[in-house]
Amino acid sequence: MDLLAGIFTDYTLRNVALGAALLGLVGGVLGSFATLRRQSLLGDVLAHAALPGICLAFLLTGTKAPLILLLGAGLAGWLASLLMLAILRSTRLPEDSTLGVILSGFFGFGIGLLTFIQHSGDSDQAGLDKFIFGQAATVVGEDVLTMAVLGGVALLLVGLLYKEFKLLTFDPAFASSLGLPVRGLGTLLTSLTVIAVMIGLQTVGVVLMAAMLIAPAAAARQWTNRLSTMVWLSAAFGVLSGVLGAVISATRENLPTGPLVVLTASLITLFSLLLAPERGLVWDWRRTRNNRRRIRLERLLLDAHVLYNHAELTPESLAQRRRAAPARAKEELEELAARGWVTGRGERWELTEQGHAEAHRLEQAMRVLPKALNPRAEGGAGGAA
Amino acid sequence: MSSDFVIVLTAIFVSTASALLGSFLVLRRMALMADAISHAVLPGIVLAFWVSGGERATAPALLGAAAAGLLTVTLVEWLTRTGRIKNDAAIGLVFPALFSLGVLAVSLYFRNVHLDLDAVLYGEIAYAPFNTLEAFGLNLGPESLWIMGGLTLVNLLFVLLFYKELKLSTFDAGLAAALGFLPAVLHYALMSLVSLTAVGAFQSVGAILIVAFLIIPPATAYLLTQRLPVMIALAVLVGAVSSVLGYVLAILLDASIAGMMATVAGLLFGLAWLFSPVGGVLTARNRRERQRREFAARLLLAHLAHHDRPVPAREVLEEFGWSPAFLAQAQQWAQREGLLAGDPNGLRLTARGAALAGERP
Repeated sequence: MDLLAGIFTDYTLRNVALGAALLGLVGGVLGSFATLRRQSLLGDVLAHAALPGICLAFLLTGTKAPLILLLGAGLAGWLASLLMLAILRSTRLPEDSTLGVILSGFFGFGIGLLTFIQHSGDSDQAGLDKFIFGQAATVVGEDVLTMAVLGGVALLLVGLLYKEFKLLTFDPAFASSLGLPVRGLGTLLTSLTVIAVMIGLQTVGVVLMAAMLIAPAAAARQWTNRLSTMVWLSAAFGVLSGVLGAVISATRENLPTGPLVVLTASLITLFSLLLAPERGLVWDWRRTRNNRRRIRLERLLLDAHVLYNHAELTPESLAQRRRAAPARAKEELEELAARGWVTGRGERWELTEQGHAEAHRLEQAMRVLPKALNPRAEGGAGGAA
Repeated sequence: MSSDFVIVLTAIFVSTASALLGSFLVLRRMALMADAISHAVLPGIVLAFWVSGGERATAPALLGAAAAGLLTVTLVEWLTRTGRIKNDAAIGLVFPALFSLGVLAVSLYFRNVHLDLDAVLYGEIAYAPFNTLEAFGLNLGPESLWIMGGLTLVNLLFVLLFYKELKLSTFDAGLAAALGFLPAVLHYALMSLVSLTAVGAFQSVGAILIVAFLIIPPATAYLLTQRLPVMIALAVLVGAVSSVLGYVLAILLDASIAGMMATVAGLLFGLAWLFSPVGGVLTARNRRERQRREFAARLLLAHLAHHDRPVPAREVLEEFGWSPAFLAQAQQWAQREGLLAGDPNGLRLTARGAALAGERP
């Protein structure tokens, strides 16, 4: 509780938490669109491509004002996305390779520039490398303000163009037939993602930025099939991971904020994947297991039924028919007995009334298929008679 | 051996080992898996470092990181198979989570090396976070040479021995499975080698360069040819050229060696994109221009063949609605081919030109 209170009293923690929450909010909203448009890793590319932008902005202006550096980052990310589109349109190179080339090429150039600046002996440069892994502790009030303005613009645009973005995401062909500028809207959405990346650079850094666009959206997707709900949930998950990550990192020294924010988001996603109603994997597994068990019991009952009608139902005969060990067959008979389908003891077993009825029902159910699939079977039998 | 030579040779080994495998990654559309693996080996290295009690130990690090790489592949494939998450999103979920764990472990348990975490990416300092620092020179060079040389050899053998199987399962996985080539086994073997190469290179050159070398040279080669053996050879060549030029550039600018090698690789890709003889952007544009010019020139010849006297340029311009500059281009081409003769009164066909225009197609 003291920690949570710290968000309001501790100046550093408040800024860090606010920064991370803003990132979660904007990343969650824009990540929803990006993941649905199958552009999840675009954020990763944009983030990596931002590094040379930061370095060039510093080299050209000589300042470390957050806004200037972030603008450089945004510009570089934007250029990278344009270059990527140009390559995709003009070559047959697969999309993932194109992403990889842009990502590693730009990032390598960025690292080159960064080391060039560091070795040039300019003492002013210290701290540029914080953008790689993020260094949330260095976020000050001014930075939060910058992030809030940037994020506000992005969210405002999403709010105004929500309907258009929704159409673009789910049915771009229809959007285009309605006369919407599909290409322009796509570029705008990508540009807004660039803004999300700019917000995240200081908190989680270049390398981990991808997760802040993907994890909240992927988690939210599990809970709903409606875009509006998904966007709200994703934003909420993003904010939650931001704040929790910031608070946890404040509990001890040397706990970096960025990785904790990302891990919190990943855990939320894991939880949603496993336990979200309807889509949760756990429910899936349970269904599969129940079905398997039911089908096994039904086949067992049918075997017992055949044996009882045409021979003797003993553990030995059942074991022989099912090619199992007699001890196992005995266990199986007891399983059937527990359901009230057979009775007996030792060597002699018989089907109960209930067991007969169930076996008959199963046989009828199974008979439907062959008839439907092979109508000649019945006619052929009749004709031969 | 001079340290320059050791560094460049190590880089060439890294680039060769990567290009051999990367070619198949690019063709199998798994380029970003390389990115994911190269990030995810960090927790593996940290774990191995921790298990071996803080000693610099190569074998556990290699094994741990390879295991982490395979874990990444398995997790991504499992997530994709559940149908709840698309493949690219799965990659973007798994590797940041694993990388975060690695960063967290380094910051928590290996405090004194916290700041060297960047070195994981820069890679100029070998064994990034865990060692008593040594310059990337004679001391270490030979060891990275051994590791990367060995990995290059293993990868080369793998590609040579299983070339037919790799080729088939890359281009037609269904047929490969039907013929009993076990594409799944091959897939995991390939992924294991990528992980091993990533961690071997991680220790000697850092994470960015691995991704850059795994993806960029094969992608460059992909733009230059349509044949697999040529593509692999070109990828190796592009990697080697990037290594040498990148090193020279890094020394000149006093910048990160790995960064500059990746930059050069990116530039080479850009050149291939623009000038590739098969479908380069500028090549294609030039060819279109040339065809347009030639077609216009033939049109001009056919037009002139209907006139007995030289036709003034003004009339041709009116007739076809061309710009004077375009007419000049077409005219220039036809004159160079000896089909058109200059005449004070206008344009006139040569004997060859008249013959060509008179030919029935």
